[in-house]
Amino acid sequence: MPEQPVARPDSRETMSLYLVGLVLLVVLPLLNVLPADDSWLHLSDFRLNQFGKFLAFAILALGLDLIWGYCGVLSMGQGVFFGFGAYCMGMYLALQIGTESVYGSELPDFMVWTQVKELPLFWYPFKSVVGGVLGAILVPVLFATLFGFLAFRSRIKGVYFAIITQALAFAAWLVFNRNETRLGGTNGLTDFKQALGFRLSDPSTQRGLYILTVVALGASYLFCRWIVASRAGKVLIAIRDSESRVTFSGYTPWMYKLFVFVVSAGLAGLAGMLYVPQVGIITPAQIGVLPSLEVVIWVAVGGRGTLIGAVLGAVAVNYGRSVLTNYFPEAWPFILGGLFVVVVTMFPDGLLGMIRKVTARKDTPAPGSNADGRAAA
Amino acid sequence: MTDGDLILTCENVVMDYDGFKALNNCNFRVHYNELRVVIGPNGAGKTTLLDVICGKTTPTSGKILFGKGINLVGKNAEDITKLGVGRKFQAPSVYGNLSVWQNLDLSVKRPSKGVFPTLMGRSSPAERARIEETLETIGLSTHAHDRAGALSHGQKQWLEIGMVILQEPSLLLVDEPVAGMSDKETEQTGRLLTALSEKQAIVVIEHDMDFVRQIAKIVTVLAEGTVICEGTVDAVQADDHVREIYLGRAKVAH
Repeated sequence: MPEQPVARPDSRETMSLYLVGLVLLVVLPLLNVLPADDSWLHLSDFRLNQFGKFLAFAILALGLDLIWGYCGVLSMGQGVFFGFGAYCMGMYLALQIGTESVYGSELPDFMVWTQVKELPLFWYPFKSVVGGVLGAILVPVLFATLFGFLAFRSRIKGVYFAIITQALAFAAWLVFNRNETRLGGTNGLTDFKQALGFRLSDPSTQRGLYILTVVALGASYLFCRWIVASRAGKVLIAIRDSESRVTFSGYTPWMYKLFVFVVSAGLAGLAGMLYVPQVGIITPAQIGVLPSLEVVIWVAVGGRGTLIGAVLGAVAVNYGRSVLTNYFPEAWPFILGGLFVVVVTMFPDGLLGMIRKVTARKDTPAPGSNADGRAAA
Repeated sequence: MTDGDLILTCENVVMDYDGFKALNNCNFRVHYNELRVVIGPNGAGKTTLLDVICGKTTPTSGKILFGKGINLVGKNAEDITKLGVGRKFQAPSVYGNLSVWQNLDLSVKRPSKGVFPTLMGRSSPAERARIEETLETIGLSTHAHDRAGALSHGQKQWLEIGMVILQEPSLLLVDEPVAGMSDKETEQTGRLLTALSEKQAIVVIEHDMDFVRQIAKIVTVLAEGTVICEGTVDAVQADDHVREIYLGRAKVAH
């Protein structure tokens, strides 16, 4: 972004963004390593790891924001793509366990107790890390291409698209739960030991994964920003505002929807891939209808149609959950639902909208000067 | 004018909505660089006529020949747009969350409007000049960086006309452009359309007879899905059949 002589909200926001990036990438890991364990400055391994998980979720939220916030197409199946990414990585990690497993077999434990004698063919690519990483991105991308092609080309829109993606999430949940799928059934994949020779239980490995997640989030954010700042990004907003006008300007809206759906699926896969080694388990519970819906809530709470809002919402809601479930474990679903209702009805621009309102009021007497149109960030 | 000058020929077009014939053997012809006004009572099929030409709906039967004999029937809206038919809708449809400039920029005619060329696309100086020029034409130069959603109703209509012009259509279809406009805005719109008709053929649907008088040379009267009369404003208003149709519906074309 070019330097502005006067600090406009945009350039100031970019500045604070760099600052946040620096804190996430450098300061937090240093606070984890340098201060003594009992110092008030010390960030525990647990907290750093937890934060890494939130940032992986933020990548997932970015993808949904791109398709829902910008293009106005609500996908309630993002959890499926996240799950594909997570399972691909999980399969690689499960094969890395080797003979360290409970049964001492080369096969993952669940195969031993479900009487699978030989590694199923579709597991073979995941013997290498390349297979795991590529699979985590390509499987969701290819699946979204096929699914999106069929849905968007048939002009399935609005609430109908939301419903079929939700049905997809439910179907995926059912399939992953079955032992016959050979992906560990209800128990999923877990008990991972190492990747590329690094022990996952080692705090320094987790720190490395955290840093990797920050870098991936930064890259995803810049990629999304590039898309929304381009002319194609404007077409996405135009589709949301008036799809028929877009058609009569010579564009083919369904191709744009397909493109952005595929990008969002790739980001979800990336998020899943980063999630698994940090959390150490992936089960069907993470990929069904509810997890997919939660992503929608993160984006709505953070502020849809703004990329920063999606990141903010993912981190804030998940942090809120980790704190509140300590005190009121049963009340969390109600708090989450209540939050959604309050935000949608009272603060349609979400947390970021509130922050922008407050900071704008302080500096510029005329409100609304930095309003909606400038959705680039 | 001879038949060789025709940009649009609708032959026996029928649009049947489950038994209701919105267009019933409609024959309609427009010449190059002509400004044609279509009038008719409510439900006469005026908007449907524009819909079948621009590909919003596919007619049940009939032929629609455009330019050098290209049949538009069965083609989709994007392709018809690319062939050079521009459509301005009745309700202003602009992109409210984009700036006026961005609205126009998206509408500029370009070799490809596919995802990847658009992702990489940058406006050329020539394109920027054309956008500036169009802003001038539609009188929105001072609003270039305003949010389109914040424009007045009349300004939105002009913006949409500007968006359609930038597609460089050879045939422009305009549906009730002055509905809801003030007198001053109506007059400006009339001048705008007259000026535009020097470069392209324009078909305007209109109810406001003062406005029709201002812009029209030839008027086509549509009733119950067919053309019943065609001629100058005076000739049409003097026609007994036309008077009957309007009076019969207790609605006088003054």
